Amino acid sequence: MAAYADTLLIFLVLSNFFLLGSSWLTVYIRLVSIQGVILCLLTFVFHKGDIGFHTITLAAGNGLLKGLVFPLLLMRAVRAVHIKREIEPLVSYGTSIVIGTLSFCISMWLGAGLPLPIPVVSSLVVPVTLFTILTGLFLIVSRNKAITQVIGYLIMENGIYVFGTAFTLDAPLFVELGILLDIFVGIGIMGIIMNHISREFDSLNVSKLSDLRDWTS
Amino acid sequence: MMLIALVAVPAAAGIVAFFIKQNRLRWGLLLLTSSVHLLLTSMIRLSPQQPLLRGWLFLDAAGYLFLGITSLLFFAVSIYGTKFIDKNRHRIDRIFTSCLLFFLSTMTLVTLSHSFDLLWVAVEATTLASAPLIYFHRHRNKHSLEATWKYLMICSVGIALALLGTFFLSIAAAGTGGGARDGTGMALSNLLQNASSLNADWLKAAFLFLVAGYGTKVGLAPMHTWLPDAHSESPSMVSALLSGALLNCSFLAILRGYQVCVAAGQGAFAQEVLIAFGLMSMGVAAVFIIRQSDYKRLLAYSSVEHMGILSLSVGIGGKAMFGGMLHAINHSMTKGMLFLVSGNILAAYGTKHVKLISGMFKVLPASGVLWIAGLLAITGSPPFGSFISEFIILKEALDTGHIWIALCYLIFLVVIFIGMATVMLKMVQGATHDPQTDNNLPTTVQVESLWSIIPPAVMAIAVLLLGIHLPPFLNEHLLEAAAVLNIR
Repeated sequence: MAAYADTLLIFLVLSNFFLLGSSWLTVYIRLVSIQGVILCLLTFVFHKGDIGFHTITLAAGNGLLKGLVFPLLLMRAVRAVHIKREIEPLVSYGTSIVIGTLSFCISMWLGAGLPLPIPVVSSLVVPVTLFTILTGLFLIVSRNKAITQVIGYLIMENGIYVFGTAFTLDAPLFVELGILLDIFVGIGIMGIIMNHISREFDSLNVSKLSDLRDWTS
Repeated sequence: MMLIALVAVPAAAGIVAFFIKQNRLRWGLLLLTSSVHLLLTSMIRLSPQQPLLRGWLFLDAAGYLFLGITSLLFFAVSIYGTKFIDKNRHRIDRIFTSCLLFFLSTMTLVTLSHSFDLLWVAVEATTLASAPLIYFHRHRNKHSLEATWKYLMICSVGIALALLGTFFLSIAAAGTGGGARDGTGMALSNLLQNASSLNADWLKAAFLFLVAGYGTKVGLAPMHTWLPDAHSESPSMVSALLSGALLNCSFLAILRGYQVCVAAGQGAFAQEVLIAFGLMSMGVAAVFIIRQSDYKRLLAYSSVEHMGILSLSVGIGGKAMFGGMLHAINHSMTKGMLFLVSGNILAAYGTKHVKLISGMFKVLPASGVLWIAGLLAITGSPPFGSFISEFIILKEALDTGHIWIALCYLIFLVVIFIGMATVMLKMVQGATHDPQTDNNLPTTVQVESLWSIIPPAVMAIAVLLLGIHLPPFLNEHLLEAAAVLNIR
């Protein structure tokens, strides 16, 4: 099982690097979808002992939402605003990859240093999840389009989710579904606001949203 | 059962409200719900509740304090909002009313949650329920769009970090055997019971992430950046709820983490963290309050300051905890009242710019008086309640030998007093504007509707009374709340 887990986690790392290096929004969205599928499979791998109602619902919920529903919603948003690429990122793609590599090294180092009180399926779990969270955070701060920020938030959530399931921290099903529902509604509201941003400004650049500040007079 | 009713009644009303077409009827439902909620809240105290759902839902003294504040403030706001019903048929729409009710429901759930994962779900849900409320003035200008986007992104990312903190906490508990497989591993009671065997390093990491995550929602500096925008752009009644109820509820989430730290013998570490964030918030607020040009932003930064005071009070501990709990009540009532009055000012003058406003005593006499009362109350002047609570915190800081902290605290309070007083006094004094230079500003006495005056006036009197006499039942309750948070 550990081998499967390692393979999936490595795929997760690769998808993060693709995210950092690409400028096409459709590529971003496909990668979100791929991560959704990876999450779904990882849920099964991590819960190998007890594949019951709980595990299946959780895996299916995550797979459906993150693998299918969110990508479809995001695709619709992209088509609606006729934007294909993230053109002027605050940090260029080359630099992004370098920063990604650095943060991967830091994650590996941190992951190796953290003593875990409980056994875990694969030693890659902590570094990879940390790296995924960092990638999401980096996308949020370094990209200019509202949609890329939403994608960054999703990637970050993915990292946190994998961390949670890897330790099979058993929250009851209704809490796990509550978490999923929160994320779902959150993305929904972000989608609506994004739609309004594009209508209002004819672009999805959040740099347009910079009127509110102190000491303007 | 009553606990479930507290959450379910507003949620159900929120769903029903969405399908009611008549404005009056819909707002009537909201008024009814808020009264029922207040009634239920006051009845619960008389009949102590058993933990529900294997300890997931439980109302302890600390939770009850914040529940009470939320319920009272929501009731006041719902009465205040009545004035909008007749004025303009389209002002309060279905989504707004529904979201207000969902907001009440989710905040209630935060105060009742006795398990860290449910707590997370509830806090995130408050963000989602309140985002459409901040977006209410979307037809007026693009600023509400910006404020809502910032609020959603910053708070969502912050709260995601809190989720990571929650997972860290369960790793800290996993080695104890208390992290049982029956799903109660994250229940607060369970964690407190097994506190001595929690893994200290993971617990510390968890607490840091919880403070950073929920602290974003509380508005602790430097994660406060969404707060002034959201508070200044949302309708005043929403600002009142955000500042008076939501920030407190999120602070309760930090207090839950603190509770576990104390029980596990890491109280000193947690206190240092809270003192650092508290002082930083007060300092940042002081800097931005001076020469602030927008009076709603002024009030928002004052909220950052007061959340800093709350955090500091817990950090100092001892009797300061009691002061902090009292201060939470004082701050919520005063700030709620000030935001409601700021709504009256905005309605009359049509601007948030301090420079354009003068002569409030002549134009809006009742609001002018309340504005000054609010200024005195929020800056902790005697005889208002906040003087007592701020004084208790100061005294405890000195008694426990935190001289430097006490000094910083005093300096920040004085700077903020001067900053707020210069801005707010300028607004009430002076001549009214010359009608020839600016036709939009009112120059004569405006009729102030009773709906918009009575709720803030009652709140101001309450804060005043709290300063003169602290009722014994409240005193007892605050002591109990402070004790609950400090069980070793």
